Amino acid sequence: MFKKILIANRGEIALRVIRTCREMGIKTVAVYSTADKDSLHVRFADEAVCIGKPPGADSYLNIPNIMAAAEITNADAVHPGYGFLAENAKFSQICADYGIKFIGPTPAMINSMGDKVTAKETMIKAGVPVVPGGHGLLENIEQAKSIAKEIGYPVILKATAGGGGKGMRLVWEESQMENSYNTAKIEAAGSFKNDGIYLEKYVEEPHHIEIQIAGDQYGNISHLSERDCSIQRRHQKLVEESPSPFMTPDLRQRMGDAARKAAQAINYESVGTIEFLVDKHRDFYFMEMNTRIQVEHCVTEEVTNFDLIKEQILIAAGRHISGKDYEPKMHAIECRINAEDPYNDFRPSPGRITTLHTPGGHGVRVDSHVYAGYVIPPYYDSMIGKLITVAQTREEAINTMYRALSEYVIEGVKTTIPFHLQLMQNEDFRNGHFTTKFLEGFKLK
Amino acid sequence: MDLKQIHELIKIVNKSNIGEISIEDKDGKVTIKQKEEQVVTVAAPPQQVYNVSHQPQQAQAPAPAPAAPVSAPAAKADNLITVKSPMIGTFYRRQSPDKPLLVDIGASIEPGKVLCIIEAMKLFNEIEAEIKGTIVKILVEDNSPVEFDQPLFLVEPA
Repeated sequence: MFKKILIANRGEIALRVIRTCREMGIKTVAVYSTADKDSLHVRFADEAVCIGKPPGADSYLNIPNIMAAAEITNADAVHPGYGFLAENAKFSQICADYGIKFIGPTPAMINSMGDKVTAKETMIKAGVPVVPGGHGLLENIEQAKSIAKEIGYPVILKATAGGGGKGMRLVWEESQMENSYNTAKIEAAGSFKNDGIYLEKYVEEPHHIEIQIAGDQYGNISHLSERDCSIQRRHQKLVEESPSPFMTPDLRQRMGDAARKAAQAINYESVGTIEFLVDKHRDFYFMEMNTRIQVEHCVTEEVTNFDLIKEQILIAAGRHISGKDYEPKMHAIECRINAEDPYNDFRPSPGRITTLHTPGGHGVRVDSHVYAGYVIPPYYDSMIGKLITVAQTREEAINTMYRALSEYVIEGVKTTIPFHLQLMQNEDFRNGHFTTKFLEGFKLK
Repeated sequence: MDLKQIHELIKIVNKSNIGEISIEDKDGKVTIKQKEEQVVTVAAPPQQVYNVSHQPQQAQAPAPAPAAPVSAPAAKADNLITVKSPMIGTFYRRQSPDKPLLVDIGASIEPGKVLCIIEAMKLFNEIEAEIKGTIVKILVEDNSPVEFDQPLFLVEPA
């Protein structure tokens, strides 16, 4: 087992990893930018190394600095968290070159899923259903038009190196294609330095349902069932839950099998998530694979009673997994608490937290790195905590969430708590009637 | 000695700089010692590893940062400039173990002068001065790990 793990991340996920390492008796090294000097993960870790100035490129994305920190502290493993370098094949490779275990997949696994076009081709070969679309990158507008005609509008143009909703364009009819094609390419080039785009059928009003998987170094794959992440704003998840209100035992079995096939196709090691789009007929299509631990992993932890970070570390240390699958035993919901003003288009609201009171009680979990007096730096993402509730039924989990949100006091900055409170009272949400389009029609009072 | 006298003594001691007092009576023997000088430790990031070897180590309890080994009796001037580390690695005061110290207390420096070596991943980086002045204090021990922005030298600018 590892003696010392360096966490190449910040905020709540760094804290999350440190907590599990503490329980496992593993020493921890926190790295931090000068803006994160007073951050909780720095205080909780056994050792801390300042690795650079606030911008990501100078610190949390700076591979040489992180490797130097690992060297001077004699860390024998690195946990990359999510975001930053978590899915950076080069970083995974450099760790391997230096004899430091990267707690995640190998560079080859990351590459096979990182490029959306390659990922799709791999899935087709593995017999996993994919969204109908063109094969490979588009060469010109005429080709785009002809593929779209074949599979039928509406279609969506997507950046192959993309993420976060950038480089995407919805095209409802042929007359829009030329303009959409050109602007999608320009946006992709600007965001990812790669203007390659491809085309897919646009699955209307889909449910975003993802399957959590885990794979060991010996070819065993387990799945831990689904999370429904359909509540999204501009392709950013705000609320996640398990089980999905749209799930049936048959669908779970089919999706679980498909997820396992996807992971086996690349001989996946570590924890990961296969994201699917599910249409109203309960036909599902592979969207993408995230080769890392995800923000919403806590939801699965609460309904299956596994510590996923611990599983991830054990797998990296060479432990065999059972290969069994796990179904949700309870119902859990997670609300992402962001320092954003929901009344002003969710504008980010960094600054000093003057008062903080976190909720408690039965079925309430708070994963957060902030404290009263903490100054939220403006350089990083706006998520300041995750509130998770778990209960025996969905209705009870929602009621507990409402109660917990009402107790959650954060003053000094604006947060999305008012939005979540209203969502928990929304009739369609409470009835489980929602797709990824839900928030477009949601009016904040 | 009765309780009231002891009370008075305690009051006196608390108001003063006395660290220790011992009294023997029948009109003999009084010993009074001043409070010990405060030990000066250098402000540094809270936890730090300071034992750089390349073998796996026993877990060490977090300890105070290495105290400044050499401190000159220089005036605590407000104009002193702190030279901070631009990178993470192991700090060395010589180009190699058999070479002399690159700089010492009192050394004159100007832009371009190599002050120290910081080594990371087998690459040795020469850290050059960016100002003209005199080294007043060296804040890090030879052969110890340093992090980004860590204070290395105090310099009296020329």
